[in-house]
Amino acid sequence: MNNDIIIRAEKVSKLYGKNKKEASELLKNGADKDTVYKKTGVTAALWDVSFEVKRGEIFAIIGLSGSGKSTIIRCFNLLNKPTSGKIYYEEKDIAQFNKQEILNYRRNKISMVFQNFGLMSHRTVLENIAYGLEVRNVPRAERVQRAKEMTAMVGLEGWEDKPISSLSGGMKQRVGLARALANDPEVLLMDEPFSALDPLVKRDMQFELLSIQSKLEKTVIFITHDINEAFKLGDTVAIMRDGKIIQIDTPENMSTHPADDYVRQFIDSADKTQVLSVKHVMVPPACLVKPKDMPSHAIREMANNDVSTAYVVNEKMQFLGIVSIDDAIRARDENLPLPTFINTDVLTCHEDTLISDVLSLAAKSRYPLAVLDNEKKLKGIISKAAVLASL
Amino acid sequence: MKEYLLKFPEAWQFDVGSAIDDAVKAFSRNHREALTFIKRGIITAISGINDLLAFIPWWVFIIAVALIGWRVSGKKRVGLIYAAMLFFVGSSGLWDHMLETLSIVTASVILSVVLGFPLGIVIALNKRAGKIIRPILDLMQTMPTFVYLVPAVILFSTGKTPALMATTIYAIVPMIRLTSHGITHVDEEVVEAATAFGSTTIQALVKVQIPQALPTIMQGLNQTIMMAMSMVVTCSLIGANGLGMEILLATNRTEMGRALMPGICIVFVAIILDRLTQGLVDSQEAESK
Repeated sequence: MNNDIIIRAEKVSKLYGKNKKEASELLKNGADKDTVYKKTGVTAALWDVSFEVKRGEIFAIIGLSGSGKSTIIRCFNLLNKPTSGKIYYEEKDIAQFNKQEILNYRRNKISMVFQNFGLMSHRTVLENIAYGLEVRNVPRAERVQRAKEMTAMVGLEGWEDKPISSLSGGMKQRVGLARALANDPEVLLMDEPFSALDPLVKRDMQFELLSIQSKLEKTVIFITHDINEAFKLGDTVAIMRDGKIIQIDTPENMSTHPADDYVRQFIDSADKTQVLSVKHVMVPPACLVKPKDMPSHAIREMANNDVSTAYVVNEKMQFLGIVSIDDAIRARDENLPLPTFINTDVLTCHEDTLISDVLSLAAKSRYPLAVLDNEKKLKGIISKAAVLASL
Repeated sequence: MKEYLLKFPEAWQFDVGSAIDDAVKAFSRNHREALTFIKRGIITAISGINDLLAFIPWWVFIIAVALIGWRVSGKKRVGLIYAAMLFFVGSSGLWDHMLETLSIVTASVILSVVLGFPLGIVIALNKRAGKIIRPILDLMQTMPTFVYLVPAVILFSTGKTPALMATTIYAIVPMIRLTSHGITHVDEEVVEAATAFGSTTIQALVKVQIPQALPTIMQGLNQTIMMAMSMVVTCSLIGANGLGMEILLATNRTEMGRALMPGICIVFVAIILDRLTQGLVDSQEAESK
């Protein structure tokens, strides 16, 4: 993933009602949505929303109903026009597009997946998937070919000529996804695409989306009201409330540093083990020793730090094993070098491992787990108690 | 007590009616040639349809209706019942009258669709047009049907032409209304999807909105046919030949039996038309689900 920005919202607001000017003044002075509605009759669906979406990332927007998330996503393909503010696609202001440019933008650059699928019941699976190609006048043979490829990609081979009514919910959304991908767009807008599906199918579809995304590297703007889904799929997560953005961050930072109580509440409702990785709960090892250290030095270190084991690392901080205080005393008494007594039978894990994945490991281990990075360097340790406390 | 408190004061009464009479009559005088031209066209069209219907031998007609009825309902029995009904019309000596009635109904349904379908789309897509046209439709539907007969007669004298005019004005309303209703009530997300994939207004209309609205539009067609059928009977008053005329003559002579036979025939024809077009609606609905 590179860092160039594909879509940017700049101070976007969307107000519904007559007295927009007065409402804007109130909102500028920090009035909230309810107050503005009571005083002016204007609904502030969006207020001063700014963010950037990087090419190739999954940008998840999360909020409850009425938070403005569906309004903002419809601004990106001009199904909604912002009252004020600008949206840039590759640094072009999309509000300046003329009619033909809007059509081309929708046909080639950006496509959408809908909550209730938005499929055309009078068309077959294949005809639905080919719809975007049909409206841009791709020759029949070519669009059938392309639609067949898409059908296969979402695993619906053999269903091409079936009517939409014969499909299950999950299959319908596969058609929705295939239709959106058939145009080979740069950006995929997904408006709560999996909310109407039952939990098991939902998990399948999330997995499907991630595997497709890793293959095609599309930019995805994903709307959801499910924080687990946002954290699972999103590279970046934006949380919205009452038409405003409250926090934009990576899932990890958001769960470790929530901007306010509202975000914290939202996150508390999430299953944290799915989000937090080991590095968020590990602690630095209290006592480090090197193989060439004298046993007496190791004993002193352990005694000073009030622990009964020391972690042994080499010059490059790479983890070698542990030494207990009993072994260190034996080494001193028998005048043997410290490495003779290094216990290498210690469980280790990578710093990015999800906590949910180390639960069983931590339960089995006699000692705290050693947390390592890619180069086997010791980054910290994680005790059974710390894992359990994080839940 | 002052008199003007008891009775509506005469000084405040004005006569719009005769002004309208004069205007319509003047219009009819001034555009005699154009009106005659229209009249000739309509008569040619109706007798064309009549000739076409009459060209079909009676037994082919009955078998065809029976087969269509069987296909639409999926039951052989239903086809046989339709055949028996038409056989009854023939054996009552009213076959030719039925064809005359059907030819006016057909012409006015065609006219209703040709005018009403596009108008319904315009109303659905353009809010301002809807605000203007909707009250007119309400007016057309609630106005007593006899009121249409008079201007039609002034413009086209008596016969099939004014009958067609009056029938169409009366029967076009459901076609317009249900077309517009169908288009505006297509699932919003489906229309959004059409737009989001870069459809032009026409593409969205032809590829998505009209096909999705088809069951409702067919319902409109069904109602239009039924209303045309009922109006064409009333139109016997202004000289439209057919089953209605038979009833009118019998009524004038207070001949119960002679009025009853064409009455039953009208009911039979109406039932067949309704069920056949309703079957069309159902099959559309089944397809779009």
